[in-house]
Amino acid sequence: MADLTASGFSACPACDAAPLAQRLADRADHADGTLILSLPTAHCATCITDVETALAAHPGVKSARVNLTLRRVTVDAPGLTADDLIPVLAGVGYEAHELDPDALSATTADRQGRDLLMRIGVSGFAMMNIMILSIAVWSGAEAATRDLFHWISGAIALPTVFFAGQPFFRSAWSALRVGRLGMDVPISLALVLASAISVSETMQSGHHAYFDGVTMLCFFLLIGRYLDHRTRAIARSAAAELTALEVPRATLLVDGAEQVVPIATLRPGDLIRIRPGARVPADGEIVEGRSEIDRALLTGETLPVLAAPGQMLSAGEVNLTGPLTLRVTAAGRDSSLARLTALVEAAEAARGRYTSLAERVSKAYSPSVHVMALTSFIGWMWATGDLRLAVNIAAAVLIVTCPCALGLAVPAVATAASGRLFRRGLLIKNGTALERLAEVDTVVFDKTGTLTMGRPVLVSADPLPADLRPVARALAEASAHPLSRALAEALADQPLADLSDVTEHPGFGVSARWQGQAVRLGRADWLGVGDDVETLPTSATWLAVEGQAPVRLDFTDELRPGAADCVEMLRKARMRVVVISGDRPAAVADLAARLGIEDWRAGVDPRGKEAMVADLAAQGARVLMVGDGLNDTAALARAHASISPASALDAARVASDMVLTGNDLAPVADAVATARRATRRIRENFAISIAYNIVAVPLAVAGMVTPLIAALAMSLSSITVTLNALRLRDGRN
Amino acid sequence: MEILSILIPVSLGLGAAGLVAFIWALRSRQFEDPKGDAERILSDKWDDRPRPD
Repeated sequence: MADLTASGFSACPACDAAPLAQRLADRADHADGTLILSLPTAHCATCITDVETALAAHPGVKSARVNLTLRRVTVDAPGLTADDLIPVLAGVGYEAHELDPDALSATTADRQGRDLLMRIGVSGFAMMNIMILSIAVWSGAEAATRDLFHWISGAIALPTVFFAGQPFFRSAWSALRVGRLGMDVPISLALVLASAISVSETMQSGHHAYFDGVTMLCFFLLIGRYLDHRTRAIARSAAAELTALEVPRATLLVDGAEQVVPIATLRPGDLIRIRPGARVPADGEIVEGRSEIDRALLTGETLPVLAAPGQMLSAGEVNLTGPLTLRVTAAGRDSSLARLTALVEAAEAARGRYTSLAERVSKAYSPSVHVMALTSFIGWMWATGDLRLAVNIAAAVLIVTCPCALGLAVPAVATAASGRLFRRGLLIKNGTALERLAEVDTVVFDKTGTLTMGRPVLVSADPLPADLRPVARALAEASAHPLSRALAEALADQPLADLSDVTEHPGFGVSARWQGQAVRLGRADWLGVGDDVETLPTSATWLAVEGQAPVRLDFTDELRPGAADCVEMLRKARMRVVVISGDRPAAVADLAARLGIEDWRAGVDPRGKEAMVADLAAQGARVLMVGDGLNDTAALARAHASISPASALDAARVASDMVLTGNDLAPVADAVATARRATRRIRENFAISIAYNIVAVPLAVAGMVTPLIAALAMSLSSITVTLNALRLRDGRN
Repeated sequence: MEILSILIPVSLGLGAAGLVAFIWALRSRQFEDPKGDAERILSDKWDDRPRPD
């Protein structure tokens, strides 16, 4: 198994920004206008028609084609962007995310996959045709007929082995060049030796030729190779699939004029403008403007923080209400983002490299096969002095031990398991993730954005008198603040009150006049109400009407769908569930109580999170970390296995082994169960292949294996292993 | 046994025809979306007329 993480891993999101910006710029130049969107919830014929009809009806869309296997839609729409089309799909009830067509590098993966399929097809054709001829030989064709059949078989088999065996020869050669013995060395040796012996036997009118065995070997091993390739290609595109949707650009102020530049070109001392709703691109000091700042992704805090001139902001925070002007103090590699990534690198190194079951088996396998073949050759040479017989037996040993079942054991299970998880909304990014996930006994959740949606919802409209609801809605509609939006959404069925003089006061709230009275919606201290937000489990905003007592409106962070089920299922599986959050104790306690989790910590900084995960590991626990923020990234990298939701920041997704494609959290519990069953199947498959070798190898060493027995054993063991893996597909939950 | 001189080429020819068909299917990208193709047959959207290109 090649290391998956090596190719796509970058611990530094800020360092990614420059090439990403370049790529986005390139993308804008693409004249073909092809967009690829991921559709995590599409699953049936109706979904295909719905999506294609809705997109085709949108002006500017030339064509749209859904690929249900990959859950993607390819749209040919010159001049349109994903932002135009995602609402269209949301309108017909489908969640969609933009994918980066360049990052998918579909063409190379496709070409390799098609290339392998072609080799499978050719070797399958050769195998079946040779088998027809071989049946005649096995059932007793004699003399000239047998020789003729052997010659025809050889004429088909030799070009086939030459063409279909190339992937094995190439990888065996590269292993040998660096002085290693991979799985492919004995495979190539068996293919070459068996072909050579069969040709020489045919020339000498011998009884046994292994042309059927050789092509069959190619066929089954290529199937294993193809499954492996497909799982990996899907994993790779999964990693690339969710590349940043935000444009890594900043609005630079040069002599009062705005200019859009890539983040990478920012220098300390530059003045940048940050609009409401935008992410802070670099560390800096506010020189102008008032606003509120959402720091959830950096610290896990749900309450917005007031921002005023003189205050420092960190890259990654989100500006909420008013425009800000920032003097850059650190950008790119010096920013707080980059400092966090140093933590991630350290954590990655600490996790070390995990040796998969397959690697351990193949390490023991290759030397023992060579030793066995060589021993039988020397033994028979010494006993009989017959070179032809000794070489024949050594070849038989190599063919019989050839790891058809071994080669299929892991890929067949991995394909079945990842296919099953993919259907449930989980993408596996790392080859050994399933095995590591199966060993997990403790699950650590982040709070904001993981167990919750990281989005406030109104607890209840009851405290609002009926006549004030239209006023509250009208005031809320005037602001882009998350609490206002949540209020407007909750009161969407109310009529809009007629307001005048509506003014937003960034960082405080909204004021207006209604029927001659001043009305205000906003922070407690702005309205002159004493309110200690730190001790509340929820966030709150206040509505004040002149001459009336202010009304408090409570908001809570909405639970992610499936969160309660997921925690329940994990507890039923006897796992320890822990919540570690950077948020206030009151908010974390409230959430933990709602989910029935007793084990929780609040106010933990990123370094603390990583340390806690490391502590748990030191106590012997195998930790699964589920998190979405930058503050979780180091902990995600440190944990034994890690999962992040699709809404997570890039850095968090890169650091995790698996990514949830939908909003639902329930697949997490399912993934652990599936991983455990998958690992059990892999072990069973190894047992099956070893059992088959225990029977067949002594026969081969004793010189009793005929091509018929080799063919039977090879196909039976491969089919058993595949069927065993397929049991995973639709098994019980 | 002279029949073999006909039967063997015939069987190889049929096999080769199968192989060519497979290569054609592979080249025309018919293995890109097996799941989608299985579902599309259930949609009656293009039953009355062929899909315009």
